[in-house]
Amino acid sequence: MNQNSDKMMDIKNIVLRFGGVVAIQNISFDIFKGEIRAIIGPNGAGKSSMLNVINGFYHPQEGEVWFRGQKRKSMKPYQIAHQGIARTFQNIALFKGMTALDNIMTGRFTHMKKSIFSQMIWEGGASKEEYENREVVEKVIDFLEIQHIRKTPVGALPYGLQKRVELGRALAAEPELLLLDEPMAGMNVEEKEDMSRYILDVNNEFGTTVALIEHDMGVVMDISDRVVVMDYGKKIGDGTPDEVRNNQSVIDAYLGVSEH
Amino acid sequence: MSAEFLYTIEVILNGLMAGVLYSLVALGFVLIFKASGIFNYAQGVMALFAALTLVGLQEGRVPFAHLINAVFGTKVHHFDWTLPAIAAIIFTILVMVLFAILVEKLILKHLVNQEPIILFMATIGLAYFMEGFGDLMWGSDVKTLNVGIPQGGSLWFEDFTIGWAAEGEKFYGMYVDLLDVWAAIIAVSLVLFLTIFSQYTKSGRALRAVADDHQAALSVGISLRVIWVLVWSISGFVALVAGMMWGAKSGVQFSLSLIALKALPVLMLGGFTSIPGAIIGGLIIGAGEKLFEFFMAPIIGGATENWFAYVLALLFLVFRPQGLFGEKIIERV
Repeated sequence: MNQNSDKMMDIKNIVLRFGGVVAIQNISFDIFKGEIRAIIGPNGAGKSSMLNVINGFYHPQEGEVWFRGQKRKSMKPYQIAHQGIARTFQNIALFKGMTALDNIMTGRFTHMKKSIFSQMIWEGGASKEEYENREVVEKVIDFLEIQHIRKTPVGALPYGLQKRVELGRALAAEPELLLLDEPMAGMNVEEKEDMSRYILDVNNEFGTTVALIEHDMGVVMDISDRVVVMDYGKKIGDGTPDEVRNNQSVIDAYLGVSEH
Repeated sequence: MSAEFLYTIEVILNGLMAGVLYSLVALGFVLIFKASGIFNYAQGVMALFAALTLVGLQEGRVPFAHLINAVFGTKVHHFDWTLPAIAAIIFTILVMVLFAILVEKLILKHLVNQEPIILFMATIGLAYFMEGFGDLMWGSDVKTLNVGIPQGGSLWFEDFTIGWAAEGEKFYGMYVDLLDVWAAIIAVSLVLFLTIFSQYTKSGRALRAVADDHQAALSVGISLRVIWVLVWSISGFVALVAGMMWGAKSGVQFSLSLIALKALPVLMLGGFTSIPGAIIGGLIIGAGEKLFEFFMAPIIGGATENWFAYVLALLFLVFRPQGLFGEKIIERV
């Protein structure tokens, strides 16, 4: 594989500090086009901070993020969304008052360009645009098998389905890079299997590149192509699931090792 | 029907009409509160400022005439043109959009993630600044506003209802002000438009999204700053409609900014986050205070309209703290 041309994202020497606390210490890794890249590590390792750097919620003090072969300028999160990066959140961040359908419709925001005046009078292409994007959303709904809850306000849905709606909102954006922050946290075995299948299908069928954080080692090793391991803000391992599994510092971090 | 009964109907009818005007002011509060969690104290002053600008543009007044005259020793007061009402309204809308942009650029942008009380204080500052600025720009005299909305009692309705009384009763038909009827029609259209806009357009969904979750809204590509300009523009427009109606009814004067206070009990009653709540709340307050005045004033003395709305709202607060239509606050512990 020609790694340089196939790099979707290249993260170089990121340092992120909150006051005196260093959340990420000089971390570099890359994400290839079309792969499923997992970030794992114990609690507080800085995984979510890393995801927040990628999607622009945090601005690292040092380091560079290269996206599609170009060094990325400092950007606001909404600008990064317009570049084709969508995400889900560790603690579900849905629009609670809106229906599942409307939530997923907001995912189409970056694809809808008609002016505010056009929208106000529902003319000049605004209605056409609305219908076209609605079709994409219906496909996402079919794909995730949530037709039965389309019109339900998401606040009333059980946890597993909320997670699925949130994935739907991110998918509706037809992102190039999909960031998933613990997509399976708090799920039972069956729900985890479903979610794994959706992630694999998204990756296979649409060629979407996926970067995900997950605690369930079984799931991570099953579905990911390559894994980054973090501990205390440092990178302690990087490679295929097999390589990582046999890495001594990873084993130490997970099983605990006496430093004395 | 007895004349007594018909009088009561008439009182309720006029109360509902007055309530519509309260609702118009309350609507502006709700829009901003929903989208950004800010209680915008300046909403009433925005209505005043919009009405002042409307009159000023329509009559071709020179803005800042006093200041110009004082500095340059001139005696300007009016341009030699006047604008048709519709043109003046369009220009005023543009002024309110500009106002929204300035509020975002000069105030909101710098107060992101601050406590609601800080933002509330900022809007108090804004309100008093706007009042002074409006005075400086257009002068403090009471202005008459005429944008072509019919005014005065409806003779047709009087004739229509006069036959309702029983034989021999002293009843001369019901009085309904045409301006109030128009205000009601405009308010209903405005609410319908806003509801449809927020349900079925991209920007409407973005408004609701920002109201629900800032982080998630950002993550799907919504710019908070654009949404804030949009929502302040819309409530600027609602303020213009309210200012226009109140101005046409009782003249454009600085006491107009105090009508904002009448919107408070309406909000307490209807809920701070509900557009239909603002309308229903306004109607209940309007009809309630007129009825109370009608029946109780002869017994306990007049001027009950000054306080009755608040008592009514307090009673509602005790039993339904979230208001009639407000979102129920359930916090898991």
